[in-house]
Amino acid sequence: MAYAHSDRVDSTADFTADFTALKLLIAGGFGVGKTTLVESVSEIRPLRTEEQLTEASRPVDDLQGVSTKTTTTVAMDFGRITLRTDLALYLFGTPGQDRFWFVWDELATGCLGAVVLADTRRLADSFPAVDYFESRNIPFIVAVNCFDGIRTHTPEAIATALDLSTTTPVLLCDVRDRDSGKDVLISLVEHVLAQDPGTAWDQGR
Amino acid sequence: MTDPNAHPDHPDHPDAWTDRYDDEAGPLVRLYAMTAGRARTANGAERVDLMAIVRARPDAAPPPGPLPPEQRDLLALCTRGPRPVADLASDSGLPLGVVRVLLGDLTAAGLIAITPPDAAPQTSTRPDAHLLREVIHGLRAL
Repeated sequence: MAYAHSDRVDSTADFTADFTALKLLIAGGFGVGKTTLVESVSEIRPLRTEEQLTEASRPVDDLQGVSTKTTTTVAMDFGRITLRTDLALYLFGTPGQDRFWFVWDELATGCLGAVVLADTRRLADSFPAVDYFESRNIPFIVAVNCFDGIRTHTPEAIATALDLSTTTPVLLCDVRDRDSGKDVLISLVEHVLAQDPGTAWDQGR
Repeated sequence: MTDPNAHPDHPDHPDAWTDRYDDEAGPLVRLYAMTAGRARTANGAERVDLMAIVRARPDAAPPPGPLPPEQRDLLALCTRGPRPVADLASDSGLPLGVVRVLLGDLTAAGLIAITPPDAAPQTSTRPDAHLLREVIHGLRAL
Protein backbone atom coordinates (compact mmCIF):
# COMPACT_ATOMS: atom_id res chain seq x y z
CA MET A 1 0.00 0.00 0.00
CA ALA A 2 1.41 3.35 -0.94
CA TYR A 3 0.64 6.43 1.05
CA ALA A 4 1.31 9.99 0.03
CA HIS A 5 2.38 12.14 2.91
CA SER A 6 1.10 15.22 1.19
CA ASP A 7 -2.42 13.87 1.58
CA ARG A 8 -2.30 14.41 5.31
CA VAL A 9 -2.84 18.15 4.97
CA ASP A 10 -6.35 18.03 6.31
CA SER A 11 -5.29 16.39 9.55
CA THR A 12 -5.81 19.82 11.08
CA ALA A 13 -9.59 19.62 10.66
CA ASP A 14 -11.19 20.89 13.83
CA PHE A 15 -14.57 19.53 14.76
CA THR A 16 -17.14 21.11 17.00
CA ALA A 17 -18.17 19.74 20.38
CA ASP A 18 -21.28 17.94 19.06
CA PHE A 19 -19.18 16.04 16.51
CA THR A 20 -20.63 12.82 15.08
CA ALA A 21 -18.32 10.26 13.46
CA LEU A 22 -19.73 7.45 11.32
CA LYS A 23 -17.81 4.40 10.21
CA LEU A 24 -18.08 2.65 6.84
CA LEU A 25 -16.14 -0.43 5.80
CA ILE A 26 -14.64 -1.09 2.40
CA ALA A 27 -14.15 -4.82 1.97
CA GLY A 28 -13.22 -7.18 -0.82
CA GLY A 29 -10.43 -9.38 -2.01
CA PHE A 30 -6.78 -8.44 -2.24
CA GLY A 31 -6.03 -6.02 -5.07
CA VAL A 32 -9.65 -5.34 -5.99
CA GLY A 33 -9.29 -1.55 -5.65
CA LYS A 34 -10.12 -0.80 -2.00
CA THR A 35 -7.21 1.57 -1.58
CA THR A 36 -8.08 3.34 -4.83
CA LEU A 37 -11.69 3.81 -3.74
CA VAL A 38 -10.68 5.26 -0.38
CA GLU A 39 -8.19 7.53 -2.16
CA SER A 40 -10.67 8.80 -4.72
CA VAL A 41 -13.39 9.81 -2.28
CA SER A 42 -11.62 10.80 0.93
CA GLU A 43 -8.65 12.32 2.63
CA ILE A 44 -6.68 9.09 2.83
CA ARG A 45 -4.16 8.73 5.60
CA PRO A 46 -2.02 5.94 6.95
CA LEU A 47 -3.25 4.02 9.96
CA ARG A 48 -1.07 1.34 11.45
CA THR A 49 -2.02 -1.14 14.04
CA GLU A 50 0.08 -3.82 15.58
CA GLU A 51 -1.65 -7.11 16.08
CA GLN A 52 -0.87 -10.28 17.95
CA LEU A 53 0.37 -12.94 15.61
CA THR A 54 -2.07 -15.79 15.62
CA GLU A 55 -1.44 -19.44 14.93
CA ALA A 56 -3.01 -18.96 11.53
CA SER A 57 -0.48 -16.37 10.46
CA ARG A 58 2.60 -18.33 11.48
CA PRO A 59 3.09 -20.21 8.23
CA VAL A 60 2.93 -16.88 6.41
CA ASP A 61 5.16 -14.75 8.59
CA ASP A 62 8.51 -16.44 8.71
CA LEU A 63 9.50 -16.22 12.33
CA GLN A 64 12.69 -18.26 12.14
CA GLY A 65 15.33 -16.52 14.16
CA VAL A 66 12.87 -14.02 15.59
CA SER A 67 11.21 -16.25 18.12
CA THR A 68 10.35 -13.35 20.38
CA LYS A 69 8.26 -11.62 17.74
CA THR A 70 4.62 -11.86 18.78
CA THR A 71 3.10 -8.88 17.00
CA THR A 72 3.01 -7.76 13.42
CA THR A 73 2.18 -4.39 11.95
CA VAL A 74 -0.95 -4.20 9.84
CA ALA A 75 -1.46 -1.18 7.62
CA MET A 76 -5.06 -0.27 6.95
CA ASP A 77 -6.62 2.00 4.40
CA PHE A 78 -8.15 4.81 6.37
CA GLY A 79 -9.90 7.84 5.04
CA ARG A 80 -12.06 10.64 6.30
CA ILE A 81 -14.78 12.55 4.49
CA THR A 82 -15.53 15.74 6.36
CA LEU A 83 -19.13 16.61 5.57
CA ARG A 84 -19.53 19.40 8.13
CA THR A 85 -17.66 20.64 11.17
CA ASP A 86 -19.89 18.35 13.24
CA LEU A 87 -20.15 15.37 10.89
CA ALA A 88 -17.57 13.12 9.27
CA LEU A 89 -17.53 9.72 7.61
CA TYR A 90 -14.59 7.43 8.29
CA LEU A 91 -13.72 4.76 5.77
CA PHE A 92 -11.80 1.68 6.82
CA GLY A 93 -10.46 -0.72 4.23
CA THR A 94 -10.53 -4.21 5.65
CA PRO A 95 -7.24 -6.04 5.20
CA GLY A 96 -7.43 -8.13 2.05
CA GLN A 97 -5.30 -11.01 3.25
CA ASP A 98 -7.10 -13.87 4.92
CA ARG A 99 -4.66 -13.95 7.78
CA PHE A 100 -5.96 -10.63 9.07
CA TRP A 101 -9.54 -11.78 9.56
CA PHE A 102 -9.29 -11.02 13.26
CA VAL A 103 -9.05 -7.31 12.47
CA TRP A 104 -12.49 -7.41 10.91
CA ASP A 105 -14.42 -7.93 14.12
CA GLU A 106 -13.03 -4.76 15.59
CA LEU A 107 -13.68 -2.83 12.39
CA ALA A 108 -17.23 -4.13 12.09
CA THR A 109 -18.21 -3.04 15.57
CA GLY A 110 -20.53 -0.07 15.31
CA CYS A 111 -20.16 0.34 11.58
CA LEU A 112 -22.95 1.92 9.57
CA GLY A 113 -22.54 -0.56 6.74
CA ALA A 114 -20.09 -1.92 4.23
CA VAL A 115 -19.16 -1.83 0.58
CA VAL A 116 -17.99 -5.15 -0.83
CA LEU A 117 -15.83 -4.38 -3.83
CA ALA A 118 -15.82 -7.12 -6.43
CA ASP A 119 -13.90 -7.88 -9.57
CA THR A 120 -15.82 -10.07 -12.02
CA ARG A 121 -12.61 -11.82 -13.03
CA ARG A 122 -12.17 -13.01 -9.45
CA LEU A 123 -15.68 -12.99 -8.07
CA ALA A 124 -14.94 -15.74 -5.57
CA ASP A 125 -12.59 -13.36 -3.74
CA SER A 126 -15.63 -11.45 -2.52
CA PHE A 127 -17.42 -14.48 -1.06
CA PRO A 128 -15.78 -14.22 2.38
CA ALA A 129 -16.77 -10.57 2.78
CA VAL A 130 -20.35 -11.23 1.63
CA ASP A 131 -20.60 -14.13 4.09
CA TYR A 132 -19.16 -12.06 6.89
CA PHE A 133 -21.63 -9.20 6.57
CA GLU A 134 -24.62 -11.46 5.85
CA SER A 135 -23.96 -13.56 8.92
CA ARG A 136 -23.87 -10.48 11.13
CA ASN A 137 -26.81 -8.72 9.49
CA ILE A 138 -24.59 -5.77 8.66
CA PRO A 139 -26.08 -3.89 5.69
CA PHE A 140 -23.83 -3.95 2.65
CA ILE A 141 -23.86 -3.30 -1.04
CA VAL A 142 -21.75 -4.92 -3.75
CA ALA A 143 -19.85 -2.55 -6.01
CA VAL A 144 -18.32 -4.14 -9.06
CA ASN A 145 -15.14 -2.37 -10.07
CA CYS A 146 -15.00 -2.12 -13.87
CA PHE A 147 -11.34 -1.36 -14.36
CA ASP A 148 -11.58 -0.94 -18.08
CA GLY A 149 -14.93 0.79 -18.12
CA ILE A 150 -16.46 -2.08 -20.05
CA ARG A 151 -19.46 -3.82 -18.58
CA THR A 152 -18.87 -7.50 -19.00
CA HIS A 153 -21.63 -8.65 -16.66
CA THR A 154 -24.96 -7.24 -15.58
CA PRO A 155 -25.59 -6.47 -11.91
CA GLU A 156 -28.32 -9.12 -12.00
CA ALA A 157 -25.88 -11.81 -13.15
CA ILE A 158 -23.43 -10.79 -10.42
CA ALA A 159 -26.16 -10.87 -7.76
CA THR A 160 -27.03 -14.40 -8.88
CA ALA A 161 -23.40 -15.51 -8.94
CA LEU A 162 -22.89 -14.17 -5.40
CA ASP A 163 -26.23 -15.66 -4.26
CA LEU A 164 -27.25 -12.32 -2.81
CA SER A 165 -30.53 -11.51 -1.19
CA THR A 166 -32.79 -9.64 -3.61
CA THR A 167 -32.63 -6.57 -1.40
CA THR A 168 -28.83 -6.24 -1.58
CA PRO A 169 -27.94 -3.55 -4.13
CA VAL A 170 -25.35 -4.34 -6.80
CA LEU A 171 -23.86 -1.56 -8.83
CA LEU A 172 -21.07 -1.08 -11.32
CA CYS A 173 -18.42 1.49 -10.58
CA ASP A 174 -14.98 2.75 -11.48
CA VAL A 175 -13.16 3.28 -8.20
CA ARG A 176 -10.65 5.62 -9.84
CA ASP A 177 -13.43 8.09 -10.51
CA ARG A 178 -14.40 10.32 -7.61
CA ASP A 179 -18.03 10.74 -8.67
CA SER A 180 -18.39 7.01 -9.18
CA GLY A 181 -16.90 6.39 -5.73
CA LYS A 182 -19.29 8.94 -4.23
CA ASP A 183 -22.22 7.17 -5.89
CA VAL A 184 -21.11 3.94 -4.25
CA LEU A 185 -21.12 5.52 -0.80
CA ILE A 186 -24.45 7.26 -1.42
CA SER A 187 -25.96 3.92 -2.49
CA LEU A 188 -24.71 2.33 0.70
CA VAL A 189 -26.16 5.03 2.95
CA GLU A 190 -29.46 4.88 1.03
CA HIS A 191 -29.47 1.11 1.57
CA VAL A 192 -28.84 1.62 5.29
CA LEU A 193 -31.68 4.14 5.37
CA ALA A 194 -34.00 1.59 3.74
CA GLN A 195 -33.44 -0.90 6.58
CA ASP A 196 -36.22 -1.25 9.08
CA PRO A 197 -35.08 0.81 12.07
CA GLY A 198 -36.94 -1.57 14.37
CA THR A 199 -34.77 -4.51 13.34
CA ALA A 200 -32.05 -5.53 15.72
CA TRP A 201 -29.08 -5.88 13.46
CA ASP A 202 -27.30 -8.35 15.64
CA GLN A 203 -29.93 -11.06 15.24
CA GLY A 204 -27.72 -13.05 12.94
CA ARG A 205 -25.03 -13.59 15.50
CA MET B 1 3.30 31.43 18.77
CA THR B 2 5.78 28.87 17.63
CA ASP B 3 5.56 27.25 14.25
CA PRO B 4 4.44 23.68 14.86
CA ASN B 5 6.19 22.53 11.74
CA ALA B 6 9.51 23.67 13.13
CA HIS B 7 9.65 20.83 15.64
CA PRO B 8 10.23 17.38 14.17
CA ASP B 9 8.30 15.73 17.02
CA HIS B 10 5.20 17.73 16.22
CA PRO B 11 2.55 15.50 14.63
CA ASP B 12 2.01 17.98 11.82
CA HIS B 13 5.66 18.09 10.97
CA PRO B 14 6.11 16.61 7.51
CA ASP B 15 8.74 14.24 8.82
CA ALA B 16 6.85 13.12 11.93
CA TRP B 17 5.65 9.95 10.26
CA THR B 18 8.80 9.06 8.38
CA ASP B 19 10.89 9.71 11.47
CA ARG B 20 9.14 6.96 13.33
CA TYR B 21 8.34 4.43 10.68
CA ASP B 22 10.27 3.13 7.76
CA ASP B 23 8.37 1.06 5.21
CA GLU B 24 11.26 -1.35 4.80
CA ALA B 25 12.72 -1.50 8.28
CA GLY B 26 9.54 -1.07 10.32
CA PRO B 27 9.35 1.03 13.46
CA LEU B 28 12.50 3.03 14.11
CA VAL B 29 11.74 3.37 17.79
CA ARG B 30 10.71 0.30 19.73
CA LEU B 31 7.02 1.08 19.84
CA TYR B 32 6.35 0.25 23.43
CA ALA B 33 9.34 2.25 24.58
CA MET B 34 6.90 5.15 24.39
CA THR B 35 4.61 3.45 26.88
CA ALA B 36 7.38 2.32 29.22
CA GLY B 37 6.85 -1.22 27.95
CA ARG B 38 3.16 -1.36 28.75
CA ALA B 39 0.62 -2.86 26.35
CA ARG B 40 -2.16 -2.58 28.93
CA THR B 41 -3.44 0.10 31.25
CA ALA B 42 -5.19 0.13 34.62
CA ASN B 43 -8.28 1.77 33.09
CA GLY B 44 -8.64 -0.63 30.15
CA ALA B 45 -7.82 2.03 27.55
CA GLU B 46 -6.06 -0.61 25.43
CA ARG B 47 -9.52 -1.85 24.43
CA VAL B 48 -11.03 1.53 23.60
CA ASP B 49 -12.95 1.56 20.32
CA LEU B 50 -11.43 2.99 17.13
CA MET B 51 -14.33 5.41 16.88
CA ALA B 52 -14.48 6.46 20.53
CA ILE B 53 -14.41 10.24 20.64
CA VAL B 54 -11.56 11.83 22.57
CA ARG B 55 -11.97 15.29 24.01
CA ALA B 56 -9.55 17.45 25.96
CA ARG B 57 -11.07 18.41 29.30
CA PRO B 58 -11.31 22.19 29.42
CA ASP B 59 -11.50 22.10 33.21
CA ALA B 60 -8.32 20.03 33.55
CA ALA B 61 -5.63 21.18 35.91
CA PRO B 62 -2.28 21.55 34.15
CA PRO B 63 -0.10 18.45 34.49
CA PRO B 64 2.36 18.66 37.41
CA GLY B 65 5.37 18.24 35.14
CA PRO B 66 6.22 18.12 31.46
CA LEU B 67 4.45 15.33 29.58
CA PRO B 68 6.42 12.84 27.50
CA PRO B 69 6.55 14.08 23.86
CA GLU B 70 4.06 11.55 22.48
CA GLN B 71 1.49 12.32 25.18
CA ARG B 72 2.02 16.02 24.62
CA ASP B 73 1.43 15.59 20.88
CA LEU B 74 -1.78 13.63 21.44
CA LEU B 75 -3.06 16.18 23.95
CA ALA B 76 -2.30 18.99 21.50
CA LEU B 77 -4.37 17.23 18.84
CA CYS B 78 -7.27 16.70 21.28
CA THR B 79 -7.20 20.34 22.33
CA ARG B 80 -8.13 21.39 18.79
CA GLY B 81 -11.46 19.62 18.94
CA PRO B 82 -13.06 16.23 19.50
CA ARG B 83 -11.72 13.43 17.33
CA PRO B 84 -11.92 9.65 17.14
CA VAL B 85 -9.11 7.44 18.39
CA ALA B 86 -8.39 6.34 14.80
CA ASP B 87 -7.85 9.96 13.77
CA LEU B 88 -5.42 10.48 16.63
CA ALA B 89 -3.45 7.38 15.66
CA SER B 90 -3.28 8.53 12.05
CA ASP B 91 -2.47 12.16 12.85
CA SER B 92 0.20 11.30 15.41
CA GLY B 93 1.82 8.67 13.20
CA LEU B 94 1.80 6.26 16.13
CA PRO B 95 0.35 2.77 15.93
CA LEU B 96 -3.08 2.29 17.39
CA GLY B 97 -2.00 0.12 20.32
CA VAL B 98 0.51 2.67 21.50
CA VAL B 99 -2.00 5.50 21.13
CA ARG B 100 -4.53 3.62 23.24
CA VAL B 101 -2.09 3.15 26.09
CA LEU B 102 -1.04 6.81 25.98
CA LEU B 103 -4.70 7.91 25.92
CA GLY B 104 -5.19 5.78 29.02
CA ASP B 105 -2.41 7.76 30.69
CA LEU B 106 -3.94 11.08 29.66
CA THR B 107 -7.33 9.93 30.96
CA ALA B 108 -5.82 8.85 34.27
CA ALA B 109 -4.20 12.28 34.54
CA GLY B 110 -7.61 13.89 34.08
CA LEU B 111 -6.53 15.67 30.89
CA ILE B 112 -8.92 14.04 28.41
CA ALA B 113 -12.28 12.30 28.38
CA ILE B 114 -13.10 9.39 26.06
CA THR B 115 -16.68 8.73 24.97
CA PRO B 116 -17.14 5.22 23.59
CA PRO B 117 -19.59 4.80 20.72
CA ASP B 118 -22.89 3.22 21.66
CA ALA B 119 -22.47 -0.17 20.02
CA ALA B 120 -22.45 -3.83 20.89
CA PRO B 121 -19.50 -5.84 19.56
CA GLN B 122 -19.66 -6.96 15.93
CA THR B 123 -22.91 -5.23 15.15
CA SER B 124 -23.63 -2.27 13.00
CA THR B 125 -25.36 0.77 14.36
CA ARG B 126 -28.02 2.66 12.51
CA PRO B 127 -28.30 6.32 13.40
CA ASP B 128 -31.62 8.08 12.93
CA ALA B 129 -33.00 8.66 9.46
CA HIS B 130 -32.56 12.41 9.67
CA LEU B 131 -28.79 12.06 10.15
CA LEU B 132 -28.54 9.52 7.31
CA ARG B 133 -30.35 11.89 4.96
CA GLU B 134 -27.90 14.61 5.93
CA VAL B 135 -25.03 12.26 5.11
CA ILE B 136 -26.50 11.53 1.68
CA HIS B 137 -27.02 15.23 1.09
CA GLY B 138 -23.47 15.98 2.23
CA LEU B 139 -21.98 13.33 -0.06
CA ARG B 140 -23.93 14.64 -3.04
CA ALA B 141 -22.67 18.15 -2.34
CA LEU B 142 -18.99 17.13 -2.24
